[in-house]
Amino acid sequence: MTSVSSLAPPPPAATAITDAKKRYAAGVLKYAQMGYWDADYQPKDTDVLAVFRITPQEGVDPIEAAAAVAGESSTATWTVVWTDRLTACDSYRGKAYRVEPVPGQPGQYFAWVAYDIILFEEGSIANLTASIIGNVFSFKPLKAARLEDMRLPQAYVKTFKGPPTGIVVERERLNCFGRPLLGATVKPKLGLSGKNYGRVVYEALRGGLDFTKDDENINSQPFMHWRDRFLYCMEAVNQASARTGEVKGHYLNITAGTMEEMYRRGELAKELGSVIVMVDLIIGWTAIQSISEWARQNDMILHMHRAGHGTYTRQKTHGISFRVIAKWLRLAGVDHLHCGTAVGKLEGDPMTVQGYYNVCRERFNAVDLPRGLFFEQDWVDIRRVMPVASGGIHAGQMHQLLNLFGDDVVLQFGGGTIGHPMGIEAGAVANRVALEAMVLARNEGRDILAEGPEILRDAAKWCKPLEAALHTWGSVTFDYTSTDTSDFVPTASVA
Amino acid sequence: MSKITQGAFSFLPDLTDQQIAAQIEYALGNGWAVSLEFTDDPHPRHTYWDMWGIPMFDLRDAAGVMGELKACRAAHPDSYIRLSAFDSTRGWETVRLAFLVHRPKQEARYRLERSEGNGRSQRYSMVRA
Repeated sequence: MTSVSSLAPPPPAATAITDAKKRYAAGVLKYAQMGYWDADYQPKDTDVLAVFRITPQEGVDPIEAAAAVAGESSTATWTVVWTDRLTACDSYRGKAYRVEPVPGQPGQYFAWVAYDIILFEEGSIANLTASIIGNVFSFKPLKAARLEDMRLPQAYVKTFKGPPTGIVVERERLNCFGRPLLGATVKPKLGLSGKNYGRVVYEALRGGLDFTKDDENINSQPFMHWRDRFLYCMEAVNQASARTGEVKGHYLNITAGTMEEMYRRGELAKELGSVIVMVDLIIGWTAIQSISEWARQNDMILHMHRAGHGTYTRQKTHGISFRVIAKWLRLAGVDHLHCGTAVGKLEGDPMTVQGYYNVCRERFNAVDLPRGLFFEQDWVDIRRVMPVASGGIHAGQMHQLLNLFGDDVVLQFGGGTIGHPMGIEAGAVANRVALEAMVLARNEGRDILAEGPEILRDAAKWCKPLEAALHTWGSVTFDYTSTDTSDFVPTASVA
Repeated sequence: MSKITQGAFSFLPDLTDQQIAAQIEYALGNGWAVSLEFTDDPHPRHTYWDMWGIPMFDLRDAAGVMGELKACRAAHPDSYIRLSAFDSTRGWETVRLAFLVHRPKQEARYRLERSEGNGRSQRYSMVRA
């Protein structure tokens, strides 16, 4: 890749004015002239780094646009202010230090910006995001802007507590090692009474799933008040646990209108012995950090349903990449995070989705452009988040799912469990048998991508429920082109 | 089917010794230490089963583990025996694979004991049926 700045000598507008008298004369200056562009800047280890995809308006110089992004996400306003001179203002300026055209996307540029760590309050995603995405996305000289990735310096990561439980301790609590966990969302998601809802939970857990799940919009509606749901679900969880000798759980959604009500619901979940509660992303960053603190105090696994993210993560030209949201959520402290399936019904290019999984699970992320990771990221021993794959997946895809995501993932087959022709328990059995057969085969050194269908057919010879599942869904695929893909590799589809 | 379904492979037919050996090779190939534990009380919250010796940190050969398994089975034919593979790398430092390699003829069964709590809630404890 060649840098825009190296293609031609930078225009005078892209040069910071160093003579203080001229720099602080009242009036309007270019952002680059105000010091928000520095092609020679060497990012410090303690800097927060961000890369934005920007689409400048016609005639707007990309370097000036990048400087404007740096300015508007740090100290700048539209005109010169003399009060800058009461501060060590250079350290408060975000600095755009690199601009490159996006491969194959005329008019779009990647702009790298560095921010001094003094700009950010310790342990506050609200503060971090108010800076980085507070203002700049509405800035008129840009047609569109997207926050593609961030590097959070070690010093800042250390100010967050991170996941209250994490993958290692979750598995130790569940006593389950060496295979993906299995889950299902109760369907239909609206309309079941508490008693009928608990029946679905019992059948699915009894059949072999580890978890069942409330959907994002199950809170406390006229057809099922929250206490009813909690009481019947925990009856089902305990009964299934006694029948199988396994630790089971149901993600009790404690999302509510106020924090007070969320805590109230969390307290009942704890009193009833639930191992896990869930919240939706739409509760907001401060509420997420508060409920994470509560989960830490109460030995509770915290499941995050990313409800609403598609409104700002899906389109490549404008918004925020989900990899950034995943980074913020790992800092804020969630234990489970929906990250996509690549093969199911919802948006997700396979390599882009793997990038999110790596953000959740690795101790250290290397630069990996095909997976969308622009920066190295050291997580400084903060715990690992368990990714969740949910949405239009079924037992017939088990080899693809295991190959893409490995062991540390919750595979959630909602329709693929509850819609089974022989019943919910049979649906769960089919999924568990398919999973165990595939893990066994992979560990034996077999090439599961090539032999997967045969491995499933062999297991189906002695497992009727799996035979029925493959017969019903074996040919279902969602082979649509993804919207959010890497700009650095040809787009692949696995279906 | 009323059996304890803990571990990675409880929904498959009981593994043959050949299949168990292949899983041990996989664990050793990852640099994990294999260990055996046994119990007659596989309650899901019963964490500390009796150890059949310490984890075999320096053993690099599945045949050696299979020899230990044979001895453990002979000594505890009416117990559950589980095989675990431990990963000591930083940030994991936990079991990475565990599965049952022996079951008693008579499977353990559990039932719920209940008592009434506030507001229609129940307190459950799981006891041997």
